[in-house]
Amino acid sequence: MDWMKIVAAMALIMFIIYLFPRARHMMENSPKGSSSDWMGFVIPILIIVLFIAFLIQLV
Amino acid sequence: MNQNYPTIGRKSRTRAGIEINKVLRNTYLLLSMTLLFSGFTAALSMAMNMPPMTYLFSVIGGMVIAMFVLPRFAHSTAGIGIVFLVTGLLGFGLGPILSMYASLPNGGNIIMLSLGGTGVIFMGLSAYVLATRKDFSFLGGFLMVGFLLVLVAAVANIFLAIPAMSLMISAVVIMLMSGFILHDTSRIIHGGETNYILATIGLYMTIFNIFISLLQILGIMGGDD
Repeated sequence: MDWMKIVAAMALIMFIIYLFPRARHMMENSPKGSSSDWMGFVIPILIIVLFIAFLIQLV
Repeated sequence: MNQNYPTIGRKSRTRAGIEINKVLRNTYLLLSMTLLFSGFTAALSMAMNMPPMTYLFSVIGGMVIAMFVLPRFAHSTAGIGIVFLVTGLLGFGLGPILSMYASLPNGGNIIMLSLGGTGVIFMGLSAYVLATRKDFSFLGGFLMVGFLLVLVAAVANIFLAIPAMSLMISAVVIMLMSGFILHDTSRIIHGGETNYILATIGLYMTIFNIFISLLQILGIMGGDD
């Protein structure tokens, strides 16, 4: 139904407008991570990618 | 005289540690209760055979309450009731989606794999943060900007309706929500989040989004979408 698409799009746009100042604040105030910090993030994310690939094999 | 300072410092650190453990324990307790409650409202919605539009209105209602009402009551016991209201609404909205998947030939398998997969991802990432005690506060800006970009892509795909883009959005949402689990859990254990009601709703949202995205990925890759 088209009206549902319009309502969903409007809700998402409102959400984006609400989150935008918070995102900007977090961008400006978040501490910078070192390369080892980022590795500590990337490795578990890669494991999750492999895990999802495994789940897809099970379907 | 000076020898007193380390003692006071140690005592205050111990007190802070006890406080952090209390926040963590209360968060996981409230989170498990809200997840059970969501399961109950989802089952209720399935039994009532609610139409698909229920999902849209429940999510909008839940998000509005979580964004505008919950922060006002987050420091009182009324906040717990509001968390149950939000999570109950979101669970109720899941009912028609689950009914749709359950009607597919291997729908039950997809639902169970999504549920189990979400549990493994959440528990694995939480255990990783709790064991390593790494500080993931540096992820905050990156995750928020990534989330905003995904929302913009989701708005576009409402009208474009490209299955590959839908799949891509779901995959990125899982990565971002995994990052939010690391970020939020690390905030709790490093004393950045001292309110267990707000911590619970944050973690609940990540679990909810991972479950929905995993359902969509497995549905599409299972060839049933």
